Parts: sequence; structure tokens; C-alpha cells
Amino acid sequence: MKKYAFFPGCSAQTTGVSFTRSTEYVAERIGFEMTEIPDWNCCGTSAASLTSPELTVALPARSLAISERELPGRDVVTACAGCFRSLKTSLVYARESEENLAHLRELIDMPYEAKANVVSLLEAFDDDEVRQAISQKVVRKLRTLKVACYYGCAMVRPAGICNFDDPEDPQSMDDLMRLIGAEPVDWAFKTECCGAAQQMAVPKQARPMIERIFENAVANGADCIVTSCPLCMLNLDMREAEINRSRKIRGEEPFDIPCYYFTELIGLAFGGTVEELGIDIHFHPAELLLLQRELDALNLEYEEMIAAAEEKRKKDEMAAKIAAKKAEKAAKAAAAAKAAEAKTAAEQTAEGEGAAR
Amino acid sequence: MRSLDLTRISPQDVRACQEIASEAGVDVKDCYQCGKCTAGCPLAEGMDLMPREVIRFLQLGAIDVVLDAKTPWICAQCDVCSSRCPQNVDICSVMRAVRQASKRAGKRPVPEADIFDDEFIANVRAHGVSNEQYLAAAFNVKSGHLMQDADNAVRMLTRGMVGVTMHNIEGRAEVAALIDRALAADAARHAARETEGGEA
Repeated sequence: MKKYAFFPGCSAQTTGVSFTRSTEYVAERIGFEMTEIPDWNCCGTSAASLTSPELTVALPARSLAISERELPGRDVVTACAGCFRSLKTSLVYARESEENLAHLRELIDMPYEAKANVVSLLEAFDDDEVRQAISQKVVRKLRTLKVACYYGCAMVRPAGICNFDDPEDPQSMDDLMRLIGAEPVDWAFKTECCGAAQQMAVPKQARPMIERIFENAVANGADCIVTSCPLCMLNLDMREAEINRSRKIRGEEPFDIPCYYFTELIGLAFGGTVEELGIDIHFHPAELLLLQRELDALNLEYEEMIAAAEEKRKKDEMAAKIAAKKAEKAAKAAAAAKAAEAKTAAEQTAEGEGAAR
Repeated sequence: MRSLDLTRISPQDVRACQEIASEAGVDVKDCYQCGKCTAGCPLAEGMDLMPREVIRFLQLGAIDVVLDAKTPWICAQCDVCSSRCPQNVDICSVMRAVRQASKRAGKRPVPEADIFDDEFIANVRAHGVSNEQYLAAAFNVKSGHLMQDADNAVRMLTRGMVGVTMHNIEGRAEVAALIDRALAADAARHAARETEGGEA
């Protein structure tokens, strides 16, 4: 399996700790090797891109240059969608022209060749070898769990930078969820923006974005939302309670829709516990649904077992009837043959007698 | 859409709008005002100008309307506008360029958005990484929204997601120097363009 350099991002040990924990849990079990880039720095995210084009490309380039020096030959993987877009934006700029690359080297004051590619964890997992390794480790299929796979914007847009999956209807996470037995629903908000940092800067304008995502997931029959970005997770999971408070005031039904990282659900299918995967520290209660669906899956399995036994019984019964019918038919055929034989013999005897006369 | 006295638009205004477009890497004349950007924008309902209108005012040379607009500061940079534009106008990039031009002109129509980004970069400049808890605290103090997300801060603390420990990288001085170089290069580019514009 391909080895990667790992860019954790600033939220890896704080608000995104469950993503890190579950990623490490899954990576270890499937032999997905990644080594943290030494002394990496913040990618700058939208704050840098809104401040200056030079800053946008320079901040990620330092970490990429360190990775090139310390972990040569390895592509860079990052779990966070925001980090992914920043790093990839810088890389695409560096690869556009020799002039750009030279400018970047000047800005970071380091040697840099832009040799390594940058992928998100989701993209790294969107690979036959990884999928095969995952399916081999599944001990418990998450059947009956209806998931709305939420990719967010930075994973797929701008398409010219991200160059990953379909920007309007991506499928890579849906495929992974099917692999572990969960049931992805079709819904319209797969790549709709969660509001990102604007949930802090302009909360009044940005809050409806979250509410609409929940609304569409629920309307399409999802039990939960599955994310691939720590900022999407924070905006949805942490702010669900506040949104529910305002819904109650407006006389609307509150949501009860937990959010998970895709790695948490894969880890769960591997037999991991909610504590090992960090599901126990989510803001919106996230454990009850999983237990309910585990019970539902067991009930479903039991019903399927009963149905299979009943089918087998019916099949056996019919097979027995067929065998009896066949035996009856064979016996009749034999009897008829015997009778015909006796008749022929009788006729021959009569013929003989006639001839003698 | 408001009325606009086109006779009051000066050649300088038109040039300032063209500069924003060139900074954004777009030709605003490509836009035929179909409105698909606005239809897909998840924040349109909270904006004072629709994304389509920002492009329209740039086409007209109405620089003051554009620089005073809240829209580019409310934009979350999700790129849905650019990705759906049938004419490949990078509206998202225009929003960035307008915002930066607005800031250079000494304006900040949505102070909170400006404070957030400045505090974010200051945090990275000081530590090499973003320390979310200190960023949030600094944002609240500077924006005057002291209690914003206070309940969430408590929830994060009880979950052990954040603490008082400041995360610093070893190369933070390198990062600070990098940020200074990048911002100096940015300023130099704009200064050069202004001189060029003045000569022309």
C-alpha cells in the first residue's frame, strides 16, 4: 500500500480530535502508513486567501517543502478538507510555471520542487487496494444505518484545483459507506457549504446554511450525516443544539440527527468502540442511534434467518413433492410398460394359437 | 436594483474596476448576467448585493458601490458560483479581489469578517499554527461580541478539545518571516501597479 506524508492541520488535536483518533484507528488496521510532516505550519485556509494571493500560496508551501526534504517520494495526505484545498491551491500554482515556482521559493526561502502530490484522506481511501483492505477488516456491517454523505465544498471545489470526484454529486464516500454495509441516501446538499469560518464572523447570515443541510438530510430519510472535514463537523454537530433552540421558538420540530466522520463509521465496522473512535465526545448525542441501528441490524438478521429457514423448508417440501411425483410417474410408466408387455405377450400367444390352427 | 448615475463614473473608477478584475484573473465582460451564481449562492439572502450585481457594477465601473458592498465580506468562499458559471467567470476570486481592494481603500463594510481574518493570521504569525481557543477569544474581544460561543467554549473544555496550552511550532519565527515576505510582495505588486496606472 502507498505510503504518505501526513499534514494533520490545526484542529487535529483540538476540535477535530475524533477525526484524528478514528483516522489513526482505521489506518493502523488496514496498513495505511502515514508519517507526520515535521514542524508543519497552518495552511492559512480562507483567512490567507482573503488576505493576499501571495500569502495563499506561501503558507502551505513551507510544509510541502519540508515534506519534500524529510519524506522524499511521498505524496501528502491531509484529513481536513480546508487544509486540502489550501495545500492543493499552492501546489497547482507552483506547478503552473517555472516562474511561479521560483517566486514561491523566494517567498518561503527554502528549496522546493513541488514534486509531491496532495490528496485528501477521502481521496487516498478512494482506491481499490484500500477498499479491499477495508472490506477484509469489517467484522460488523452497519446495516440499517441511513447515511447522508456530506462532502462539503472544499473537497471538490474549485474542480480545477481539487480535481477529485464529481463536484455536484460525488460518490467516493457513498462507496465507502456501502462497503461497510451502511445505506447512503440520495440527497441534494452533498457539496453545499456549511458556512466555514463565516459561522463565527457573520453568524446571523450563516446559520441558515446549517439548518438547510439538516433539513435536506432529514427530508431524504437520513439517520445521520457523515462528514470528511473537521470544520463541517464542528459547524453541524456543535451548532445543532442552538439551531434546535431557535426551531422550538419558531414552533418547528427540532432535529435529532447526529454527525460522524467517515473514519468513525469505518472504525465502528472494524469493531472499534465509541471511546476508541472519539464518538463519545460529540456535541449532539451520537451513541444512541448507533446502538438502535445495531439492534435493528440484529433484528433484521434474525428476520432474514427465519425467512431463509422458511424458504429452505418450502424448497425441501417442494423438492419432496417433486420427487414423489416423479416416483409416482415412474411407477405408472413402469406399470404401463408391464401391461403393454403382457398385452404383446398375450397377442403373440393368440397369434401362435391362430397359426397353429 | 438601485438606480445609478452613470455620468458620475470617472475613467479612474472604470480603471479601478478593471484592476480588481485583473487581480481576480477574470474579464467581467464575459458575464451575461444570467444569475446562476446568485441562484446557487448559499449566503445570497444575507447579502446586500447579489453576486451577479457585484459583477454588474464592476462592468459599469461603479467602484464605490462595489467597495462599500457587504457581499464580498459575507461570501464564505465555497466556490459554487464559479463552478456553475456558464461563462467561466471566477466570481469567487472576484469576491476576494474586491475585499482586498476595499480593505486597501480603508473600508471594512463587515468589521467582524475583517477582524476574524486579521486575528487568524496574527495567531498563525505568532505561533505557526492557529490556536482556536485564543483566536475565538481575541475575535470576541476585538469585535465586541464578548459572549459569542461562550456556551460552546465550555462544552469544548469539558470534552478536552481545548485547554489553556498554547500550541507553538519550532519554526514559528520562520513562519512569521514568511508571512511578512508574502505581505510585502503583495504590497509591492500593488504599489507597482499604481505607479503604472498613474503613468498611463
